Amino acid sequence: MARSGTPRARAGARGKRAAAPAHRVVLLVATRKGAWLYHGDAARKAWRIDGPHFLGHVVSHVALDPRDRRTLLAAAKTGHLGPTVFRSTDLGRTWKEAARPPAFARVPEGAQGRAVDHTFWLAPGHASEPGVWYAGTSPQGLFRSEDDGVTWAPFSSINDDPQYRKWMGTVQDGTPDGPKLHSIIVDPRDPAHLYFAMSGGGVHESRDLGRTWQPLLDGLEVVEGFDRADPTFHDPHCIRMCATDPDRLYQQNHCGIYRIDRPSDTWVRIGGSMPKRVGDIGFPLVVHPRDADTAWVFPMDGTSVWPRTSPDGAPAVYATRNGGRTWQRLAAGLPEKQAWWTVKRQAMSADGGDPVGLYFGTTSGELWASRDEGRGWTCIARHLPEIYAVEAAEPA
Amino acid sequence: MKVLIPGALRSYTERGEAEASGATLADVLADLDRQYPGIRFRMIDEQDRIRRHIRIFVNGEQAHALAQPLAPTDEIIVMQALSGG
Repeated sequence: MARSGTPRARAGARGKRAAAPAHRVVLLVATRKGAWLYHGDAARKAWRIDGPHFLGHVVSHVALDPRDRRTLLAAAKTGHLGPTVFRSTDLGRTWKEAARPPAFARVPEGAQGRAVDHTFWLAPGHASEPGVWYAGTSPQGLFRSEDDGVTWAPFSSINDDPQYRKWMGTVQDGTPDGPKLHSIIVDPRDPAHLYFAMSGGGVHESRDLGRTWQPLLDGLEVVEGFDRADPTFHDPHCIRMCATDPDRLYQQNHCGIYRIDRPSDTWVRIGGSMPKRVGDIGFPLVVHPRDADTAWVFPMDGTSVWPRTSPDGAPAVYATRNGGRTWQRLAAGLPEKQAWWTVKRQAMSADGGDPVGLYFGTTSGELWASRDEGRGWTCIARHLPEIYAVEAAEPA
Repeated sequence: MKVLIPGALRSYTERGEAEASGATLADVLADLDRQYPGIRFRMIDEQDRIRRHIRIFVNGEQAHALAQPLAPTDEIIVMQALSGG
């Protein structure tokens, strides 16, 4: 199998186009103990704090609806109470709870049915489908709302399908805080073309709005000794589609960094050119909003017992500008040593500015920003709870 | 009947005590949900199981089944189990 990929030749850089106009950026920060909104000024230098929202709630994700640029959804639970989704139509000034949060279908008495522990991932639907949202849960479940997140319906083609249930495994097979369905992606050219990923359970694609699904695993590696043909053993951590080239997706996986260029069905490992002492294991991956050759990752220590810290305690973002052929270390401003935090899969994000602003939140509760595509970093918040998700949103 | 509400659920009831009626625990929880939409799902999962960190007591005795019959004079206490960090 190829260990590194070369971007397909095209006129000019793949998927590049003129910069979008800059909007004020709001960072939607979800943490283990609540959510915060950081409102940036026009220069993205000063940040006004709004929060905490839902203090004490485990907030897995907060997302802005890019179609109206004012509706927020927040996935929340507490240590004791069941999961729910909150919705705001005034950028977080007021919140209202979903009338029917994501929940699995009830099984007949005596059967062992699943219960949603938490909603993990929120994804707005296609631009042509206002009010449609998707949600991924732990344990793995896929849900859709057609009323702006007020009520949610399960995809039985995933949640109740015997084959998919087998591939999902049990809670014991999943990531330490629960197996997750994540990286729900809607093709901007076709609302019926969907992707999602499961940790564990692999990457899957539908071309008929979720009626049927197919695994998309060719080229992906699994832990040594396991069968790579079985989706059960695949652990994609984060998948992102390039906005200006929806045929290109990048993936940070348990077993390296990959890229796929559709219509090919084969992922190509592009992390092989990362420095050997750093490796290509990590959780988040961010793509450039206008240049499909550019992506950023945040590697972590995936050796021995998987410490899940920055390698050698020296955190750094790595960028590729050529589709993964080479990688550049971007650590100016970040701690040079004895910094043992890392960044979770939803906790790194890019805005639409030119140059692009990059943001990440750490497991130690720090929020970092770069106004120049990762060349320099500034810590804009400390002492937050463990950060689970950061979205750079651009509200109206 | 009287239902004592734990602090974590008072965002729904806005007080520590609620009134609800029903012939079983399931009925009472359904009545509570009618009055305070969403409160039941925070305590009971979609398979009608009492959530792992929730405890419900009827007249001081822990209830394990939603089918448990109730009398109008019973007192229900909903509690959070000691857990978390």
